[in-house]
Amino acid sequence: MEQTVRKVFIGNYQDLPVSLGKAVVVEDKEIAVFRLSNGNVKAIENKCPHRGGVLSEGMVSGEHVFCPLHDWKINVSDGLVQAPDEGCVQTYKTSIEDNQVYVEIPEK
Amino acid sequence: MEKKKLVLIGNGMAGIRAIEEILKLLPDQFDIIVFGKEPYPNYNRIQLSKVLQGDTEIKDITLNEWQWYEDNGILLYPGETVTKIDKDNQIVYTDKGKETPYDHLIIATGSNPFMLPLPGADKEGVTAFRDIEDCEKMIDASKNYKRAAVIGGGLLGLEAARGLLNLGMEVDVIHLADYLMERQLDRPAGELLQKELESQGMNFYLEKQTAEITGKKRVTGLKFKDGGAIPADLVVMAVGIKPNVALAQETGIEVNRGIVVSDHMETNVPNIYAVGECAEHNGMVYGLVAPLYEQGQALAKHICGMNHQGYKGSVLSTQLKVSGVDVFSTGLINETAETKSIKVFDEWQNTYKKILVKDNKLTGAVLFGNTKEGTKLKSLITKGANVEEYLESQQGADDGESIVASMSDDEIICGCNGVSKGAIVDAIKVDGLSSVEEVKGATNASRSCGTCKNLVSELLTETLGDEYEADTKESICACTDLTRDEVVAEIKEKGLTHTKEVMNVLEWKTEEGCSKCKPALNYYLGMIYPKEHEDERESRFVNERLHANIQKDGTYSVVPRMYGGVTNAEDLRTIADVAEKYDVGMIKLTGGQRIDLLGVKKEDLPNVWKDLGMPSGYAYGKSVRTVKTCVGAEFCRFGTQDSTGMGIQLEKKFEGLNTPHKVKMGVSACPRNCAEGGIKDVGVVGLDGVWEVYVGGNGGTELRKAELLVKVKSQEEVLEYTAAFLQYYRENASYLERTSHYVERVGIEHIQEVVNDEKLRKELNERMDEALGIYKEPWSEVLESETTLKDLYEKVATK
Ligand code: SRM
Ligand SMILES: Cc1cc2nc3c(=O)[nH]c(=O)nc-3n(C[C@H](O)[C@H](O)[C@H](O)COP(=O)(O)OP(=O)(O)OC[C@H]3O[C@@H](n4cnc5c(N)ncnc54)[C@H](O)[C@@H]3O)c2cc1C
Ligand code: SF4
Ligand code: FES
Repeated sequence: MEQTVRKVFIGNYQDLPVSLGKAVVVEDKEIAVFRLSNGNVKAIENKCPHRGGVLSEGMVSGEHVFCPLHDWKINVSDGLVQAPDEGCVQTYKTSIEDNQVYVEIPEK
Repeated sequence: MEKKKLVLIGNGMAGIRAIEEILKLLPDQFDIIVFGKEPYPNYNRIQLSKVLQGDTEIKDITLNEWQWYEDNGILLYPGETVTKIDKDNQIVYTDKGKETPYDHLIIATGSNPFMLPLPGADKEGVTAFRDIEDCEKMIDASKNYKRAAVIGGGLLGLEAARGLLNLGMEVDVIHLADYLMERQLDRPAGELLQKELESQGMNFYLEKQTAEITGKKRVTGLKFKDGGAIPADLVVMAVGIKPNVALAQETGIEVNRGIVVSDHMETNVPNIYAVGECAEHNGMVYGLVAPLYEQGQALAKHICGMNHQGYKGSVLSTQLKVSGVDVFSTGLINETAETKSIKVFDEWQNTYKKILVKDNKLTGAVLFGNTKEGTKLKSLITKGANVEEYLESQQGADDGESIVASMSDDEIICGCNGVSKGAIVDAIKVDGLSSVEEVKGATNASRSCGTCKNLVSELLTETLGDEYEADTKESICACTDLTRDEVVAEIKEKGLTHTKEVMNVLEWKTEEGCSKCKPALNYYLGMIYPKEHEDERESRFVNERLHANIQKDGTYSVVPRMYGGVTNAEDLRTIADVAEKYDVGMIKLTGGQRIDLLGVKKEDLPNVWKDLGMPSGYAYGKSVRTVKTCVGAEFCRFGTQDSTGMGIQLEKKFEGLNTPHKVKMGVSACPRNCAEGGIKDVGVVGLDGVWEVYVGGNGGTELRKAELLVKVKSQEEVLEYTAAFLQYYRENASYLERTSHYVERVGIEHIQEVVNDEKLRKELNERMDEALGIYKEPWSEVLESETTLKDLYEKVATK
């Protein structure tokens, strides 16, 4: 079966603060969107696999975010939790068109 | 084979050292029984001076813990006095009716303080300075009385006087001679010393002889022979000691001034020995631990049947243990027709040095102001070195070479315990030691008076070199190999201004650092350039970025300031209204004497702050948190000072200050310390006319008792010393190092030296003012900035 995606507009590129996360509510999901210092925009599920920490409030370093609750380190591109901890979070594709940022959400 | 019974009378420094030496040579040979009149395990009598001066506490001066006696199978009878020795049947008797036979008996009963037989000497408030009990008596007296008189301007008297000053008393010192410490110093040094101590607040009566101690039940003053009189509520006699020989005398042992002993510490009675201050060797009775320890060594070898030449007498050296005053003296110091002297008097730096030479050999030295050379001079004099050798070694020192580098292996580093440079270096190498504490454990060096600690540390550096540095070197985090100090130095030197620039220029291993180094660098930059540095919100942990404390469910808590824990009806009403309006999860009184509103949604934070209209309590920050206070003089029946007022002033002055870790304070108005200053980063205790400032306490993960930093008279001084301490901590501690760990690491003495230096204190205060100058109340700042509100507090909702 083919997976369809929905592109959701989340705001203008300039409105995303640099090197910080932003919480975005899409239907019943909360997504953490990061504008990295290299200019890329990444989106992951806003819920730490450890105990549900709000990842959008984490400290961002390069391609990683550190969870604000217990400092787990998570890659915002592939969603993988870094050693010594284990796990992963759902990632979402992003795209920028005419300064407008979109997140691709798989349809149910 | 039955073990031999070894009995020791006197559980003091010399006797127990002799036992330690015996255990080292023959661990299992003897059944050891110790009788001690005092109800404590063996403690470091020398450090009583520091206890009185407030640098250390009675519980910290124990040399051998109860456990030590147990571990070594020693039967200790504390608080039990030996009253009789039956030398024919070899049995000792005690005041508790015990009879104990012995094969070997060591008498180490020390000395008794000499009490002048003056009329009135038996009044309440007259004490000696010899043991823990005397020390406690003085500390107690200082709580209720004002004026102390110390009779005797020698080493002991001056250390007592300094202690009483620290305890907040006014102190007069009465001395018979016409200059201080005349037995150890020459006149110029004695006079310099007097000037220095006068500037510390001591008052002297020289060439005065006390005739009478006046008062009814308790002392009220002194009368002098020449007719003068002074008031006093406490009189400390420190005019000398006399060997405690009564027991030996009654036993029929030969006694002169002390118990007469041979080179092997034998008395004239078989199987009875004497060591310590009660013993007289070759006409000399010693009153310092270094010779007593040498005696202990000689005795141990003898009792253990080792071949050795015995004890041959000692060259003495003395050092005054009064902070801020460096005095050293050794050997023969008074000029005669046959001596020549090298004298250097530097009026500018207020230092004085005299070295006496006889027949081309060094015989004695006096140092004032700078005593670094003391250890070196003592060892040269002991070995009878020529002047040339000294002058050569001087050259090395002038070239900036460390003083230990120029010492030969047999030179003594620790005078008290007779530990040579060679012995310490061997121990460092063979046992792989890497800290002063370890060296102390393995060799005894620095275990007694502690003045050689610096030399031991220099030896560690010299012996281990880079390895010592490398081993103790701790980098900021895994992103770099540089230490905190190196990074701070580089930031200053290269003028780096942004965390990313620091990471770039200093070749960080990661591109953008991690959750450890980012906030650390941001802190260091702000500390170094308080005005120029622009705080980086992305380098702040969420709590500090949002100015609220994140909870496990992603909501936040709000704690408004409540200066000194004091509030009013209006503020309480406002808090209640806000809590209701935003339906907060819980209203709770915090352990920091204020109110916490928990479970606030992030989007509501700005409005909550707006409705409260109160400043942020920084309950989330590496910053000054709360200043807890007690009721204080205004209401409490015991209060002596305005603790709430003081606390509010402290909190208002330091609010918003960025610090390496959180800083908590407490102010109480009497020693009951209801605001728990003993476990605060800064704990202030108000006494009658005095404020005590304690620092480095912690009541969290690792309990630590705060240590006395200073005693001052006014509220302004409390603020001034607190500012100096906090600024010094800000400039030198690692990020996330609480004051408790920092003070433990660098030592309270070091911090005292810094803040007591008027010039440094002033400069620290200036830099503190600069750091405080940039404070903006963060909640109102957020409310004023559209972009911050949008960037940080808004959630994006999509359709
Ligand atoms: C609210 C409060 C508990 C309470 O309900 O009373 C509290 C709550 C927290 N404390 Fe605390 N501490 C509170 C008083 C204390 C005290 C008592 C005091 O200050 O008198 C201590 C021991 C004293 C001390 O610090 O020396 C204390 C020792 C700690 C420690 C251990 C610090 C240490 O150096 O060992 C931490 C952990 C840390 O800071 O790294 C901590 C950390 C925390 C944090 C901030 C944990 C965190 O990072 O989320 C807690 C926030 C809970 C929350 O969800 O909001 N809390 N905490 C108190 C706030 C006081 C205030 O008004 O600001
Ligand atoms: C305040 C102060 C500061 C000092 N500073 C220095 C310094 O800086 N450097 C230095 O080298 N020296 C210093 N000294 C001196 C040093 O402390 C003494 O030289 C040393 O303690 C003497 O050791 P000791 O074992 O001979 O006597 P003590 O340590 O006095 O031990 C004798 C013990 O025997 C007990 N005793 C006596 N009679 C009996 C009995 N019949 N039965 C059972 N027990 C008995 C006594 O109660 C005492 O506990 C200082 C002393 C004082 C008081
Ligand atoms: S003690 Fe402090 S840190 Fe621990 S659960 Fe309680 S509030 Fe949280
Ligand atoms: S919830 Fe993220 S690390 Fe614990």
